[in-house]
Amino acid sequence: MSTTPQLPPVAKIEQKTVVDFLTKGKRIDERGLTDYRSIKIETGIVQKANGSAMVHLGKTKVLTGIKIELGQPFPDTPNQGVLTVNAELVPMASPSFEPGPPSETAIELARVVDRGLRESKALPLKTLCIEPGKKVMVVFVDVYVLDHDGNLIDASAISALSALMTSKMKQYKVEGGEVQTKDELVPLGIQNEPVPVTTAKIGGNMILDPCLEEERVMDSRLTVTSGRDGNICAMQKGGMGSFADQEVRQAVKIAIEKGKEIREIIRGATAKT
Amino acid sequence: MTIFAENKQLVAPGELLAEGSYFPGENTYREGNKIYASRIGLAELVANKLIVVPLKGCYIPRVDDFVIGRVVDIAMSGWIVGISAPYPALLPLSETSASRGMAARKDLTKIFNVGDLLMAEVIAFDRTRDPLLTIRGRGLGKVSSGRVVHISPAKIPRLIGRKGSMISMLKKMTGCEIIVGQNGTVLVSGGQPKNEQTAMAAMLMIEREAHTRGLTDRVSEMMNRELK
Amino acid sequence: MNESEVRLIDDNGIRVDGRRLDELRPIKMEVGVLDKADGSAYIEHGKNRIMAAVYGPREAHPKHIALAERAVIKCRYHMAPFSVEERKSPAPSRRELELSKVIRESLESSVMSELYPRTSIDIFIEVLQSDGGSRCAGITAASLALADAGIPLREIVAACAVGKVAGRVALDPSDIEDKQGDADLPVAFMPKSNSITLLQMDGSLTEEEFNQALSMAIDACKKINQLQIEALKRKYVSVKEQAEERQEPKEATA
Repeated sequence: MSTTPQLPPVAKIEQKTVVDFLTKGKRIDERGLTDYRSIKIETGIVQKANGSAMVHLGKTKVLTGIKIELGQPFPDTPNQGVLTVNAELVPMASPSFEPGPPSETAIELARVVDRGLRESKALPLKTLCIEPGKKVMVVFVDVYVLDHDGNLIDASAISALSALMTSKMKQYKVEGGEVQTKDELVPLGIQNEPVPVTTAKIGGNMILDPCLEEERVMDSRLTVTSGRDGNICAMQKGGMGSFADQEVRQAVKIAIEKGKEIREIIRGATAKT
Repeated sequence: MTIFAENKQLVAPGELLAEGSYFPGENTYREGNKIYASRIGLAELVANKLIVVPLKGCYIPRVDDFVIGRVVDIAMSGWIVGISAPYPALLPLSETSASRGMAARKDLTKIFNVGDLLMAEVIAFDRTRDPLLTIRGRGLGKVSSGRVVHISPAKIPRLIGRKGSMISMLKKMTGCEIIVGQNGTVLVSGGQPKNEQTAMAAMLMIEREAHTRGLTDRVSEMMNRELK
Repeated sequence: MNESEVRLIDDNGIRVDGRRLDELRPIKMEVGVLDKADGSAYIEHGKNRIMAAVYGPREAHPKHIALAERAVIKCRYHMAPFSVEERKSPAPSRRELELSKVIRESLESSVMSELYPRTSIDIFIEVLQSDGGSRCAGITAASLALADAGIPLREIVAACAVGKVAGRVALDPSDIEDKQGDADLPVAFMPKSNSITLLQMDGSLTEEEFNQALSMAIDACKKINQLQIEALKRKYVSVKEQAEERQEPKEATA
């Protein structure tokens, strides 16, 4: 059951400052309306995992770990590996996060990241099949939000993608009824780079990559995930407000453009591995 | 009697500061005849007392403190105000200049509502009860405009400076009105956006470098550069 | 999948990772790494990668857990799903619940909780990668995070484990030494007051071996405590150096 959340812990005049700045075409941290905060990506932090990436998006920090294990396929897709995405909003990341089972925010976050990866076919699930109907590779994507300063969706998806792009796994083959493995590690073979771009609407103004203070005042947000070829593979509108028809189209256009820039940053950061 | 820490030396919890008949001041404690630091900060000897000026820490209210707080809830006969302390503060209706009348909930919201920012004074606080505030007094009341900055309360003394020297410099150079709450909330208003921005940048710089030497000069240099 | 038994100590008394019996794994600590938390610390102890954060003192939630005379301390030790060899469910296991308790108890006497009645001090430990001795590294990081948050402490708590590997008492066992060894003895220690605040053991040790192991653990904790104090000060020293350096050139040209 979903319940209207508590009001954000911020004074009305602080909220007013964010809006006042926007009416003058500015943002409180001096960014342009379509500027992202600085993006820093560190890969390979958790060496025991098959892959990992820590993303710093401004002060927001998200770490994703990838574990790849043997498992069973879903009955309706016997020839495909399994991709499963989970997100944890750990209590240390924000005074408003509490320990416990995933909240609706964590679940939405995981599912939006999942949709981007799945619909863009970034992960070649068929290549992860070892023995049809019996044994496949299961790819666990665990998104760990460590510091919340806004725009968790974009930071999480960039983190998950970077981790997958730098993941290595063992090769498995079925020989003589037994699963054999070679010690040599190979990359996952990611074949698309879905990049989400989140637009926030504040008092009629549209901005990209809202920081926490901006998120607290926003009416609604729209995340548009696009792939290499500029095709849209996932979208999610969030927040209790709404968007006008033209606003959506404009946001999509900008998201596809911006997505290209961010894709280059991800490629740069993951190339060395 | 021996002192183990130099003046203004950075000390960590559990470090030995002195041995002998000294007095343990704030952020220190005594065990036997030894005095130790209990917080990360700069050690200082004041007369016969050893203190540690803390570099970090939450705001603990003191009676007569001027604070800037945010209304978080409406209570039976007053408002619950968040003052960045581990204790919620209460502003009773009797401590406002509103005319007494029926303190029904909807009347209260006509005076202050959730989200309003207030300038207040602490009139009572002890270990057994939450802080009590008043807004009766000159310069107290609801904040209607301005930019809000949150500074670590441990750095507020440095922001104000000896005899107010640092904060006066900021006000003079930027031409802004700057109101400093002991709880770390600061209000900047009355200047050009660029000047307000510079004042805020100066405050963040002071917060970050409060424990360094030559800070006053560096802050005024930075402001000169920004305001050109 | 069974791990093949590895020879844990060679003929020269050298362990699998090249260490002698009384050697600690490499340790790196960084304080103040998170923005939102009141205090935080990140530790790399061997292959352990652990983040600790503190919020508080703050209002106690729910209200009824608050104590009249002192702050309540809450502690959550939790392992990320990708922190271990086989992916672990994010739901807390019984082991994590037990460790949350003993870790809280190891830190309680260091905190001057009587200064903040009716509040809560919340400690969060997230193990991002685990390789033996994670509860000890967690305590080491958590104590630093408490200091970083400016919470008054009697002193900083350090922790280290000792194991028994191929019949010999060995300091700071790694994961493989823990799994294939004959004993594990995690210890948390406060050097100034000479107090042991965490002590657990599983396996098999003679009394003599235990006494030797305890001494080893205490010595290691003293070393780790020095590293903690250095890490805590380093954050401020580097700001000081950078700031004063920026100023120097100007003075030289005057």
